[in-house]
Amino acid sequence: MCVAIPGRVTEVDGITAKVDFNGNSVNVNVGLVEPKVGQYVLVHAGCAIEVMEKEQAEEIIDLFADLENLV
Amino acid sequence: MDIKEVIDYLKSYDGRELKLMEVCGTHTAAIFKNGIRDLISPKIKLISGPGCPVCVTPTAFIDKCVEYARKPGCELLTFGDMIKVPGTNGSLSENKAGDADGAKANISIMYSPFEVIEKAKANPDITYVIAAVGFETTAPTYALMLQMAKTQGIENIRLVTALKTAIPALDWICANQNDIDGFICPGHVSVITGVHVYDSLAEKYGRPFVVSGFEAEHILIAIYRIVKQIEAGEGYVENMYPNAVKDEGNSKAIAAINEVYEPGPAMWRGLGVIDGSGLYLRDEYAAYDGGSKGLDADMTLPEGCRCGAVITGKINPDQCPMFAAGTCNPVNPFGPCMVSSEGSCGIWYRNKH
Repeated sequence: MCVAIPGRVTEVDGITAKVDFNGNSVNVNVGLVEPKVGQYVLVHAGCAIEVMEKEQAEEIIDLFADLENLV
Repeated sequence: MDIKEVIDYLKSYDGRELKLMEVCGTHTAAIFKNGIRDLISPKIKLISGPGCPVCVTPTAFIDKCVEYARKPGCELLTFGDMIKVPGTNGSLSENKAGDADGAKANISIMYSPFEVIEKAKANPDITYVIAAVGFETTAPTYALMLQMAKTQGIENIRLVTALKTAIPALDWICANQNDIDGFICPGHVSVITGVHVYDSLAEKYGRPFVVSGFEAEHILIAIYRIVKQIEAGEGYVENMYPNAVKDEGNSKAIAAINEVYEPGPAMWRGLGVIDGSGLYLRDEYAAYDGGSKGLDADMTLPEGCRCGAVITGKINPDQCPMFAAGTCNPVNPFGPCMVSSEGSCGIWYRNKH
């Protein structure tokens, strides 16, 4: 339920950003963080809850790709 | 020190038996997926706590949601985790499929609470009711959505809330079950709350509270830190997930929670009512409340069901007779712990079969 997934910010327009998740572009509310294009954000339920550095975000992407196979 | 040394240490641990509780369902899943139990000494027991909001939501909440979904002019929006949880008048899924007379309840799966804004603007004659379940990670998203709705003058949205906060529940577990030696604290709850929320618990109960990420390495390092603290006779808070969790948390999210909600008593399946552990809409947002208070009643589960003991970590799921006999399973679940993808029983079942 509290799963949050990192994605890369490709556009920012006010409190809405386009975030890329493995090639899928999704509109995300970024009212709680102030990301710049190119940064990664940790997204939960359509809402970015933290900004992350690229390398650390990719480490977690691998985990969640694996978790998808589990459940 | 590298990860091999951490594993060597944990594998060769031969001190007194320790019980460590992971509070988050995503941690439970990651512990299974990575075979963490096989990497550490059998003297370090990992037990699952009440870390899935779906699993601790009482039947009365499901019934209230079904009531709205059946009501003409209403549409219920819910996260997918909730739809198979049994209610007195069936689950949301069963109601969506239709009753014996073919009457179907109006239920949609949402991926984000923000979806309701456009729906509500496009269809002002429909009342959109959100089954608002979650911990601190999810609470800010509903709060931001309601702030937007209020600013834009959107009136046809209601929330039935079963929002809960982790700290009062951890306090309850420490006070009522004093055999837990340390806690692996939830990573994404802590992204919002920060790590200082655990300070008072560590001080009060003298036990380690270590925030962990979701990689195998993160979890092993958190366990290592807990064991080292215990061996040193200490119990304090550590943040072992600093790439995502700031010590002070997300201040904007905390501000949104405080503006929209106020704390109140909440019913936790298996634990009972815990004061101050629920989040309810403040008076300024009362027009959006769909009747969230007092939804405490829980259906009587079949004899043999040990949901309460599983949620509090007293037994592992496979020690429940209904789990062992296979009568409770993901296709035919009796309790939410078997329904939710992050419920302890569901995770254990999928990994054993």
